[in-house]
Amino acid sequence: MAGKVDGFVRPGSGRGLLDVYGDRFLLKLLVRKEIKIRYRGSVLGLLWSYVKPLMQFLIYFIALGIFLNLEHGTPNYAIYLFAGIVLVNFFTEALSNSTRSIVDNRDLIRKIYLPRELFPVATVWVSAAHFLPQMIVLIGACLLVGWAPSVLQLAAVVLIFIMVSVLATGLGLMFGAVNVYFRDSENIVDMIVMVVTWASPVLYVWSMVQRAMGPWYWLYQLNPMTTAVEVFHWAFWEPTLKADQVVTGTIPPNLFTVWLPVSMVVTLVVLFLGQLTFRRLSVHFAQEL
Amino acid sequence: MTSFGPVAISCVGVRKQFVLRHTRSLKEALVWLVKGRKGDLSKKFLALNDVSLEVRKGETVALLGLNGSGKSTLLKLISGVLQPDGGSVRTRGRVAGLIEVGAGFHHDLSGRDNVYLNGAILGMSEKQIDDMFESIVEFSEIGEFIDTEVKFYSSGMYLRLAFSIAVHTDPEVFLIDEILAVGDEPFQRKCIAKIKELAEKGKTLFVVSHDLDLVSTICERGVLLEHGKVIMDGEVHEVVGELRGRSLDA
Repeated sequence: MAGKVDGFVRPGSGRGLLDVYGDRFLLKLLVRKEIKIRYRGSVLGLLWSYVKPLMQFLIYFIALGIFLNLEHGTPNYAIYLFAGIVLVNFFTEALSNSTRSIVDNRDLIRKIYLPRELFPVATVWVSAAHFLPQMIVLIGACLLVGWAPSVLQLAAVVLIFIMVSVLATGLGLMFGAVNVYFRDSENIVDMIVMVVTWASPVLYVWSMVQRAMGPWYWLYQLNPMTTAVEVFHWAFWEPTLKADQVVTGTIPPNLFTVWLPVSMVVTLVVLFLGQLTFRRLSVHFAQEL
Repeated sequence: MTSFGPVAISCVGVRKQFVLRHTRSLKEALVWLVKGRKGDLSKKFLALNDVSLEVRKGETVALLGLNGSGKSTLLKLISGVLQPDGGSVRTRGRVAGLIEVGAGFHHDLSGRDNVYLNGAILGMSEKQIDDMFESIVEFSEIGEFIDTEVKFYSSGMYLRLAFSIAVHTDPEVFLIDEILAVGDEPFQRKCIAKIKELAEKGKTLFVVSHDLDLVSTICERGVLLEHGKVIMDGEVHEVVGELRGRSLDA
């Protein structure tokens, strides 16, 4: 608790995300609760976390890979596709759930003071728990086709996971706080979720965008999710390519020297703005909900 | 009041105002803007007006007043759920509320899971809950049902478990809002005995209740609120007498 003067505290004044760290035990319980109740009463339980993305993957793969014949231009298109899909799924689930988290927990927020950042952060963790099984499926598929990543590539996966988590937390804090006042926020996020799958090179290849956008390509690359998906392709898809399958320009130029650092800065700025908005608006959560 | 310790709760000139929005349509807001922001778009309601109050450690205070006098608002300001629009509220030591027992319960979790979740929500650490667990279950008289999902509990069991967790949180300052009427009569007596025990242990109690006879047995000091203002602050029986007199006039 901040604001300490001679042992006094101002009730309800917190240090934002730092308080969440101090309250790790409660965070853990909130995450566990969400996971427990998500699949309550269902026979397959957590298996749904595998089934849904597999289904989504199959649809895209059959429609785009086979019908539209993208498999022809992009070897191992299935891996390419799935690496992007799991990451985007993680991001969209984390974002849309954290946006709703404050309003969904209104009963608690109206009655008991807690660091309110707990709720969006907990939902991002829950999404991470659903992301994990999908990663296992992805890694399994990669190993089947002879995946041999370098240490650097594995480190990049971890880095991207952290970056996407932070990005989703930042945006979730922002839209979650605004959602208390204007429920339009949910709809805006629904739209972002819809756009994000197509605004990063999940289903197609980055060079197609470059051809279309020309000198404006940097705009496309500013989106941290674009960079995140491209790094995932570099880590999962590229090491599965055989010698005779080498494709020129698997990753855009300057991905690691320019765009990854830029994305990390954008992500941190988003987190900062999210926390700032959240703090400003959270003062009146209890009376607005 | 010389026997009491340092100040535990300090409210200085606290003001809290609520905005009652009639409509929130964009069209009306636009019309209002175009007309040069004339008139008030929303109606304001002053729930608390310049409330100053000091509670020392170990005091037992009853906050009295008719409905709508601002009692619960003051309690929420002290617990930190609401923030004042003016003045300052400060507390010393850990504050926990028996406000809205069971607010943090989830129906699809077992009693055990809910004890941990609710305990943590009320500010207990993992170790504290581990240590208190047996005692919480025993006090609640839930027994073997502790591993059953809470949605299958009777309303009495539900409230007993929630109350039991709340009284075991062991803060220095207890905020109690209308929860003394929990469960059947034997359990109510047990709750009241527990609260009196807390008072004897030197805990600070801040109680809101309409049960005037009950609060005058638990508390020593009474604070009377009317339309968001403190109009009397003194020995509890005198304050209760004053409130009864005013209710008759009304």
